[in-house]
Amino acid sequence: MISKQEVLHIAKLARLQLTEKEIENLQKDMSAILDYFDLLKKVPKVEVKTNFLTTANQRKDEVFKDNNVVENLIEQAPSKKDGYIKVKSILK
Amino acid sequence: MDLTELTIRQAHEGLKQKKFTSVDLTKAYLEKIEKEDKEINAYLLVDKEGALEQAKKADEKIKSGDFGLLCGIPCAIKDAIMVEGQKCTSASKILENYIAPYDATVIKKLKEQGVVILGKTNLDEFAMGGSGENSAFGATKNPRDKTRVAGGSSSGSAAAVAGNMACFSLGSDTGGSIRLPASFCGITGLKPTYGTVSRYGLIAFGSSLDQIGPITKNVEDAKIVFEAICGKDKMDATSKDYKFEEFNNLTSVESLKGIKIGVPKEYFTKGIDSNVEKIIKNSIEKAKEKGAKIIEISLPSVEFALACYYIIAPCEASANLARFDGIRYGLSKEADNLLDVYKKTKGFGFGAEVKRRIMLGTYALSSGYYDAYYKKAQEVRQLIKQDFEKAFKEVDIIFAPTSPIPPIKIGEKTNDPLSMYLMDIYTVSLNLAELPGISIPVGKIGNLPVGLQIIANKYEENKILSVALKMENMLQ
Repeated sequence: MISKQEVLHIAKLARLQLTEKEIENLQKDMSAILDYFDLLKKVPKVEVKTNFLTTANQRKDEVFKDNNVVENLIEQAPSKKDGYIKVKSILK
Repeated sequence: MDLTELTIRQAHEGLKQKKFTSVDLTKAYLEKIEKEDKEINAYLLVDKEGALEQAKKADEKIKSGDFGLLCGIPCAIKDAIMVEGQKCTSASKILENYIAPYDATVIKKLKEQGVVILGKTNLDEFAMGGSGENSAFGATKNPRDKTRVAGGSSSGSAAAVAGNMACFSLGSDTGGSIRLPASFCGITGLKPTYGTVSRYGLIAFGSSLDQIGPITKNVEDAKIVFEAICGKDKMDATSKDYKFEEFNNLTSVESLKGIKIGVPKEYFTKGIDSNVEKIIKNSIEKAKEKGAKIIEISLPSVEFALACYYIIAPCEASANLARFDGIRYGLSKEADNLLDVYKKTKGFGFGAEVKRRIMLGTYALSSGYYDAYYKKAQEVRQLIKQDFEKAFKEVDIIFAPTSPIPPIKIGEKTNDPLSMYLMDIYTVSLNLAELPGISIPVGKIGNLPVGLQIIANKYEENKILSVALKMENMLQ
């Protein structure tokens, strides 16, 4: 079973606040699922291509289209000012 | 005549012959929803006014005589796909009040055809789940048996079609989320090849796996909707220049002569319900009677597919869901500093399954575990692709069960996430290998439907639809 400390470490990386009950459940559930993943140890060693996806990068032109999508997007932010998204200060 | 029982084709003929109008159709569906959906919970939002307005517009177009198959047809959209100006929640508290800022490409395409959008349907939160029970707004019940789940994650989309509360619907499929609920609800669901349908405007879960597709009353309808939504989109760089072409190798209406059907032996070893197995084997037997050649094939790496999927999908999800941090979208929890805003917002806004997957994905990507999990899973993904490539050198098409078990009871597996994941055992491989697949109803255990999964090589939706149509005809 994975430890409480491990769960807290992962939660910190994921920036996720968890309750005591959630931590307990995650210890149990993640352990069971990670045990299942042990199945992959049976996979024979293989030489595999490094490009996993068959799709290559594609570029599109960065053209600004004047429709109301930008306004609509900003409208959805919980906190905004003068057409900008407002965030808490990071540097003191 | 109950208008809500019609297929797309039948409704279209009725509209053409002026037997009824799109407004009549739309009203019939809205009444049905009002009457039935309190219990089923297929819809998260019903847009009565909008739907009637679209129906009126469609009727104008129909009067002009120049209209396509989908014009005036009422449909339902999974609430992970954006319809401009309407709420789009992905069944999450974190997006409870989020208004879609634009139309997804599939919605744009359907609107151009003149469809009527009745509303947005329920799902497992962020499309994560196999039963529909992970919705923050309550589970969807199966219209065939209300004590059971509709299947997930496109639970509401499947239940709406099965319960005659929409003529067709759109779902999305990351590991089986179209095919599984279609199987559980006894209807048709098509998961297209990765890249054939634009993902622009679909709330992302696992970006290398996600694909939008139709859920319909029969195979012909699935084809009609798929043809309308497929094709290259400059807003989705992974979309392909794909054009649907008829599959003409099957000339006679009934016969499957000349078709080589592969049956993977690994799919019938353990974990499959004996009644499901009987029904699937029976439909394979029927295909044989109609002239198909049945060939036992082996997909040795599919044994690892579920583990592979439940690493890759949560890894991608943990990255995709990092954006819901209380800054740009929906819910935001007050805190003293920015980091705590993130933590509190996510902690409060995400449900248990979403948290579980974010944690799993973050774990598998974290320093020290990356090689053992994420990298290993990518290697296995490659092996699975190779298995299918090899198989399709030998056979035209593959038959398999959609789900190892019939629809489960509501609450049956909610405390055991791993056993819930095991329901996806036959569906996840296709997403990993980017392949298309359909689930069609082929039998029942009591009143519980069983789906047959028909799989083809990439971009061979035409082959799938053609064989599925014949299976449907012969099993009716």
